Amino acid sequence: MTGDISPRTDDTFVELENVTLAYGRGDKKVVALGETNLRIDQGDFVALVGPSGCGKSTILKLVTGLISATSGYVYVAGREVGAEPVRVGMAFQNPTMLPWLTVRDNVMMPLKIVPPFRQEYQSKKKTEFRDRADALLKEVGLAGFGDKHPWQLSGGMLQRASLCRALIHEPQLLMLDEPFGALDQFTREELWAVMQELWLKLKPTVLLVTHDLKEAGYLANRICVMRSRPGQIIDDAAVPFARPRTIDMSYTPEFVSMTQRLRELIVSARPVRETV
Amino acid sequence: MDQQLRRRLWSVLLIIGFFAMWEAFCWIFHISDIVLPKPSQIIVTLVQRFPALWPHAVQTLYTTLVGFAFGILAGVLLGVMIGSSRLAYDVAYPLLIGFASIPKVAVVPIFVLWFGSGAVPAILTAMIMSLFPIVVNVATGLATTEPELEDVMKALRATKLDILWNVGLPRTMPYFFASLKVAVTLAFVGTVISETVASNRGIGNVMMIASSNFDVPLVFAGLIILAIMGVALYAVFSLVESRITGWAHRKDEFAMG
Repeated sequence: MTGDISPRTDDTFVELENVTLAYGRGDKKVVALGETNLRIDQGDFVALVGPSGCGKSTILKLVTGLISATSGYVYVAGREVGAEPVRVGMAFQNPTMLPWLTVRDNVMMPLKIVPPFRQEYQSKKKTEFRDRADALLKEVGLAGFGDKHPWQLSGGMLQRASLCRALIHEPQLLMLDEPFGALDQFTREELWAVMQELWLKLKPTVLLVTHDLKEAGYLANRICVMRSRPGQIIDDAAVPFARPRTIDMSYTPEFVSMTQRLRELIVSARPVRETV
Repeated sequence: MDQQLRRRLWSVLLIIGFFAMWEAFCWIFHISDIVLPKPSQIIVTLVQRFPALWPHAVQTLYTTLVGFAFGILAGVLLGVMIGSSRLAYDVAYPLLIGFASIPKVAVVPIFVLWFGSGAVPAILTAMIMSLFPIVVNVATGLATTEPELEDVMKALRATKLDILWNVGLPRTMPYFFASLKVAVTLAFVGTVISETVASNRGIGNVMMIASSNFDVPLVFAGLIILAIMGVALYAVFSLVESRITGWAHRKDEFAMG
């Protein structure tokens, strides 16, 4: 299963070709990611699941260009990562809001950095951007919180704002690194719905890293299962459920048997604990 | 608020108590004016000689502020350079600490040798005294920026300058302003040291001449002026700090205001 597990199509937006990543040298060398091939179509929603330390976040960072591969190639929009003029949005498990800015200014930050908005930011468009941020905040249920500072908001609210920041510049590529991981169950489910709605509307290509199989099943079109040491994709399956999906759907036998299958895969892929 | 008021009241009482004890101590043990003048006597001297002391106080304040301004400028530039990368920080830190630990009094004669006596060595001493806390704090603030905050920016393909301007520098502001409080007091010390050694103006010079004339009450009057100016400068920069970097203290009053 480790070869070409996803066939190349003309719509391929993200492509990892024989990518490996290792830290350190010699005896201390740790292979974080074994040879990995992965293709993601434009507008697709792919979830990466697997045991902790399996290199899920590593793939995400490789695709974003935050780290470079030890060997192999990472292509985004047909060009090597870093060279491509692709707009990337990112949300982490921590909301990572800048504490000195208001929530609205935090959300507007990408517009200040990313072309072509960057050039327009200083000029007349600022009020327009402001309205755009407010509209997006409203969509995630944060209407009227734009002028607050991050410490005045709860964790769930901050995570909503963080999603807004990841989406405001209409990214072609959206990277989600366990963005709902630190939230309570109800807030999480609510944000899944918000996320699905935003994805259906804006159709960015999404790569979601998560521990939560229900979350992967609810949100993703495709679920890639990884194993650790070295990190590797061992399974890649489509999620057959129609959109828009609901929480109720996650209690259907089909959904449950899917998550069960994934769970077994992950458990069996867990590194064997050495017995004393 | 009540608690705070009470604490302030105790602080004031402690200060008054300190001077009262001093006064009483001098009375009881019949301490000579030449050794330790009474606070009452210092105040009388202060009032009587105020017209003569005033220009010197202004000179000292002026020298301090000019030196401090240069110190901020050089300190921020050096701090940004050193703090901009982990490597630069690790490489430069030992040298920085080396320079910082030199007693600055020792460099005054060198400045006098280079620039003669007067305002220039005093300004330079004030600058060099205030420089290091600023450099160290700015560099530390920048070097310890959370990697996640930078990742958000890097994912947006932000340039180094973008990151510095939008994340590094704002995040460093609390460190910077905390260092200003310390640095302005040090600049003040630098000025007075230099005035004492090589100048014909300033409170430091007045105290030097007064002590060689055994005009001890005047020496103490100078000391009181220095203390008042020092506290005032500290207070000004504390206020500026709490105004600008209120977000770091996460007070609700700030958020509402």
